[in-house]
Amino acid sequence: MTTSVDLERPASPAAFRPIGAVRKSKNLVATVLVYLSFAIAVVPLVWVLYTVLEKGLGPVLNADWWGNSLNGLTATQFGGGAYHAIYGTLVQGVVCALISVPIGVLVAIYLVEYGARSRMAKTTTFMVDILTGVPSIVAGLFIYALWITTFGFTRSAFAVSLSLVLLMVPVVIRTTEEMLRIVPMELREASYALGVPKWKTIVKIVIPTALSGIVTGVMLGLARVMGETAPLLILVGYAPFINYDIFSGEMASLPLLMNTERATGTEAGDMRVWGAALTLVVIIMLFNLIAAIVSRLSAIKTK
Amino acid sequence: MAKRIDVKDLNIYYGKFQAVDGVTLSVPPRSVTAFIGPSGCGKSTVLRSLNRMHEVTPGASCDGKVLLDGEDIYASTVDPVSVRRTIGMVFQRPNPFPTMSIKDNVVAGLRLAGTKNKKELNEVAERSLRGANLWAEVKDRLDKPGGGLSGGQQQRLCIARAIAVQPDVLLMDEPCSALDPISTLAIEDLITELKQQYTIVIVTHNMQQAARVSDQTAFFNLAGVGQPGRLVEVDGTEKIFSNPTQKATEDYISGRFG
Repeated sequence: MTTSVDLERPASPAAFRPIGAVRKSKNLVATVLVYLSFAIAVVPLVWVLYTVLEKGLGPVLNADWWGNSLNGLTATQFGGGAYHAIYGTLVQGVVCALISVPIGVLVAIYLVEYGARSRMAKTTTFMVDILTGVPSIVAGLFIYALWITTFGFTRSAFAVSLSLVLLMVPVVIRTTEEMLRIVPMELREASYALGVPKWKTIVKIVIPTALSGIVTGVMLGLARVMGETAPLLILVGYAPFINYDIFSGEMASLPLLMNTERATGTEAGDMRVWGAALTLVVIIMLFNLIAAIVSRLSAIKTK
Repeated sequence: MAKRIDVKDLNIYYGKFQAVDGVTLSVPPRSVTAFIGPSGCGKSTVLRSLNRMHEVTPGASCDGKVLLDGEDIYASTVDPVSVRRTIGMVFQRPNPFPTMSIKDNVVAGLRLAGTKNKKELNEVAERSLRGANLWAEVKDRLDKPGGGLSGGQQQRLCIARAIAVQPDVLLMDEPCSALDPISTLAIEDLITELKQQYTIVIVTHNMQQAARVSDQTAFFNLAGVGQPGRLVEVDGTEKIFSNPTQKATEDYISGRFG
């Protein structure tokens, strides 16, 4: 008989041990914590959306809401709409964007393409950082001091747009800067090597490559400033009727409408507050949606 | 078309650091010159200074002379943009413009210089793609994005883009280092064809490649870390690979270092 070797017995103990009770319980605790935090974050969000929808859907689904103002209606009378306020919010936002986008994009181009590590660029970046942290009410007060007290203009929607510019410009600069920075240096060099001047390389190669991100940034910045309230309270009065003139007179906007109607304490006022709230949420959501679509359309394709 | 390049006493700096010291060499027209040498010896830096691409890097500068058919490309009156239009470049990694189609990539140089004539652009696109041996592969999808091609095709697209502006000289910075052997072979064949019309300078880490494609080889080396790179020897490729004058060249080529 030959010496038998027990082939069934492993030569060394198994390398893989079963998961111990300690690790199982740690895993359980971590899982519970993660889901709990998720719930804590989501519940208020859903709650807000639900409340706004529940209370705001009534007035918003009425055709009058989108086509009428509140002209001639008292605080106790039902009916009327938010046309005047929607117009105000949109036009103030658009005027703000028309001023902020060129300034923001050009500053970002300077910072990334020309300034590089110069002292001027560093100072600008520092200033932009400070501007990002300026509370909106301070932006409103600043424009009040400059535009109205110093220059002598009247309170108007345009003054509001100016203060929103202060809030939007840093957002546009920051996002555009980030997007330009991730455009590979190799693309710029490829363009230079073809004998294309620097400015044309920026306009025709760098910006189109970064466009999708820039558009998203602009839209998100716009969505943010359209919900601003503090500068509105300082720089323009509320009017229950439509005013197309951005340079003079009171002009309504959704946040102002909410603020004014809330003060009435009537049932009709209450409905208008929630209607305006829902309208604002919908408008901002639309902007985010447009941003997503535009960014997808202008995104870089490989197929 | 093809022009000769004469480099005289070229010193190149990054800020205060001297990267290349006293390079003097001549590149005859309608030939391929290969730059070989260990990493960090300054061969790419020298190449990039031949079309003033070097100065795009912040802090970079150089002195000495680079003459294109006797004309100093670093003269104060010379526009670097026109230098780069005359001396084209292909980079290590294929870098087609991601926002453009295959055809738009090829004619980008002309279009950005203001050519609008559609017929002319189409002709240039076809001629350049044929010149880069890519026409047959892409002729049915000229409007598809350039980023969808394989690495080797992208590199040939970049070569097509570079020759579309009809430069006098073509500089290639390790054009095959990111490619598989088959694509490499395609590019090498292309280089051999292109030298009928262009003056070509190619940087390569692959000594077999230098031996296969070049007529003249320049060996660069550096004395040590932090020392500037120098041109050790430049001569006919056969001579460099069979019977180099300098010991360092022989050591490098026979694989004793680097």
